[in-house]
Amino acid sequence: MSATDPARPAAIADQVLELVAARAPGAEAEVHVIAHSEGLTRFASSFVHQNVAEDDLRVRLRVAADGHWATANTNRLDPAALAALVDSTMDAARHRPPDPAFPGLAGPAAVAGGGNWDAATAATTPDQRAAVVREFIAAAGGLETAGHVATSSDRAAYANTAGQRLTGQCTAATVDGIARTGTSDGVARKVAVRLADLSGAEAGEVAATAARGAAGPGDLEPGDYEVVLEPPCVMNMLQFLGIYGFNGRAVAEGRSFVQLGETQFDPAIDLWDDATDAESTSLPYDADGTPRGRLDLVVHGVTSGVLHDRRTAAAAGTVSTGHAVLGNEPWGPIPTDVRLATGDGGTAAELAGRMRRGLWVSDFWYTRILDPRTTVVTGLTRNGVWLVEDGKVVRPVRNLRFTQSFVDALGPGAVRGVGSVALSHPERWTSGNFVVPSLHLASWHFTGGAGG
Amino acid sequence: MQSRYESMSARNGDVEDLLQRESVGVGVRALIGSSWGFAAVPDPSPLAARQAGQTAAAIARASATVPGPAVDLADVTVGQGSWASECREDPLSVPLGEKADLLVGVTGTMKAAGVPLAEASYQIWDTRKWLVSSQGHRIDQHIRECGAGMGATAIGDRQTQRRSYPAARGQYGTRGWEQVRELDLPGNAGRIAEEAIALLTAPECPAGETDLILGSEQLALQIHESVGHAVELDRILGWEAAFAGTSWLDLAKLGRLRFGSELMTITADATLPGALGSFGFDDEGTPARSVDIVRDGIWMGVLSGRDSAAIAGVPCGGMMRADGYARLPMVRMTNVGLLPGPHSLDEIIAATDDGVFMETNRSWSIDDRRLNFQFGTEIGWEIKNGKRGRMLRNPTYTGISPKFWGSMDMLGGRPEWTFWGTPNCGKGQPGQVGHTGHPSVPARFRGVRIGVRG
Repeated sequence: MSATDPARPAAIADQVLELVAARAPGAEAEVHVIAHSEGLTRFASSFVHQNVAEDDLRVRLRVAADGHWATANTNRLDPAALAALVDSTMDAARHRPPDPAFPGLAGPAAVAGGGNWDAATAATTPDQRAAVVREFIAAAGGLETAGHVATSSDRAAYANTAGQRLTGQCTAATVDGIARTGTSDGVARKVAVRLADLSGAEAGEVAATAARGAAGPGDLEPGDYEVVLEPPCVMNMLQFLGIYGFNGRAVAEGRSFVQLGETQFDPAIDLWDDATDAESTSLPYDADGTPRGRLDLVVHGVTSGVLHDRRTAAAAGTVSTGHAVLGNEPWGPIPTDVRLATGDGGTAAELAGRMRRGLWVSDFWYTRILDPRTTVVTGLTRNGVWLVEDGKVVRPVRNLRFTQSFVDALGPGAVRGVGSVALSHPERWTSGNFVVPSLHLASWHFTGGAGG
Repeated sequence: MQSRYESMSARNGDVEDLLQRESVGVGVRALIGSSWGFAAVPDPSPLAARQAGQTAAAIARASATVPGPAVDLADVTVGQGSWASECREDPLSVPLGEKADLLVGVTGTMKAAGVPLAEASYQIWDTRKWLVSSQGHRIDQHIRECGAGMGATAIGDRQTQRRSYPAARGQYGTRGWEQVRELDLPGNAGRIAEEAIALLTAPECPAGETDLILGSEQLALQIHESVGHAVELDRILGWEAAFAGTSWLDLAKLGRLRFGSELMTITADATLPGALGSFGFDDEGTPARSVDIVRDGIWMGVLSGRDSAAIAGVPCGGMMRADGYARLPMVRMTNVGLLPGPHSLDEIIAATDDGVFMETNRSWSIDDRRLNFQFGTEIGWEIKNGKRGRMLRNPTYTGISPKFWGSMDMLGGRPEWTFWGTPNCGKGQPGQVGHTGHPSVPARFRGVRIGVRG
């Protein structure tokens, strides 16, 4: 069986379970195997300066015996190493205290599909990625450029002693770059299942147009402004709401703003997570071996769902929603593939055309939580900000710092428009993607200029 | 490279997660003409290594289809060497039960003191590296790192308050388990729980301009974000422009730009025993060294590797590191920190008529040129007439880097000099997590804007 054989992850998972049965009879166990390949071509000053490729195949084993459990993972796959993995994980489990909240292993349940896979994207060569970079640079029309083109593929298998057996696969391609004038940057960023669905030329042109439009920015007095936020900003907001709000662990511990059934958002907000739709770049099951599907989080402004893994679901007396993320156990369940419903507001420019006096913001940068309960976040604008008066772009503005409650910014009456076009953006924590439109919001609290 | 990792976390008196991880693999970097390629495989066999080399060369040839200026490499000592970090007590050999007892005990203490959420964790890394190059490097290193930390979270109406010890993300170093024993987590668990509860009813940090005293842990992160990243040569050259960002610093002003007050002397010293950013050789094989970054307030140096140093015309700093065999070495902070000054924290407080003392990082944000920052800390205290007064909640401060550093007029001394370790510095694409050290002391800054809120 070759390293790239699609059946290899499942075969290894079975092999490890057989080792557990032989070396630790009666133990509960689950095995994840992920074969990951990735190529990333990075450019700066309009040339390729870093260019990498990685192949990995990793086994994660979790064992439980009498309420004691432990987790280990390795990329050593020879029989002796796998046997040692089983022995050392069992030993670790025996030496730790019992975990009374351990929810047990997932039982048999089928996934709704095998994941979104594009063989051409999985087989992308460095020359093909370089060609997309060349298109981006050429389309920028002489502006300095920087960014990256990446392709990745995952083939995975999950098996446990409770009878659950799953396989999945996914691919992803990203074009992410900026064009730069001496005083401004413009950005284009997009992810897709297929590299063929992305265009370096289109991205380069979008970035260059934005950079030229943002050139020569001036200062602006901080204060409260209405805003049009482009998809990168909206995605960033939804990440915070997911991690600190809809996270079942945060809800259980009282650290979340979430109140199920309450109208906590503007009626224009419809929000859900779905790792199984056609645009998803995630595996169709989660780290607990729970199949994923659509979970409504907000319906017409009403908070409607909470993310759960098996642990938080057991504590809450409900079922897992399939949001356990490998390596993320201390944080709890988080969303991977958030979608925000589009509206009838048109493009970001058309949304801006309805502002009386406000700011049109391309991107956020270095956003950090100040208080999880209220989702007050500080951060900065990046890659283009414009002052809009009476629907007209008046001038570009230097980057600004804001300190703003993200949930309040989307509260009842706070959303003045939702864009008609949703863009797919890479989610860096989980390898999923968020598909979101631009938003026109009533107020945003800017606390100072970034330039000093 | 062969690496082993172990972490355990506990919550409210129960061990919640125990992870052990092992990785083995080979990474190959190839330079063909002016272009780099890098390939990694999870297999240390000669055949796999040869294939990785061929792939790296093919990638370098693909890079050459979008070429840049010719790459030159700064001259460094090329040779053979061996190095190991100091380790009195192998952290992976300490019984799991003993380590679990520690975390269970301190989270139980915090929970019993009344907080609804008590967390504690430790992490251990054990890394063996072998570096060979076509230029003749033959180097092996064994680096052991570990550390631990804990936090207590109190929850009120529309607010949460947290206190951590010994630092927001724990304290780490290139040391053995003795590092964790010396922290005395049990001796501090009750105190931080009580402080977290008290913060719920403490007055809000006032807004305005005042004299700001920072504890050494918060100042360590201030150094990391506003000095360490700003002096990374890859950022200055624009190589990180699309992601991590650039820098406000202009190489043409190296050696004469005033970065801060005359009290400000910062070095990047990879030779400090036990500090988290220490090593024997960087991942290009350059021997560890100390480099002046800011001397008496003047910007004097950068963090660099062989290619960036050659382009900038500066000596190679030996600061190229990768976070595993599968990642390209890149410019990384070593131990970037302040040299101690003439004062103590008590003297600084006694000399302050009206100000705020802030301690333990809670939030951090800085612009993509590393100029405008806003930090929040877990706790603050009013300072009036040279004495520590009321506890303050939600303290924040903001500023512009050279103005802020220029306002530093009192600096803690050698007895309070602490080598803080940051084990979670993100940089690069694909992402890498760096381990950096930050020697720091308490200090005072004049006329700082505080109390920024939404």
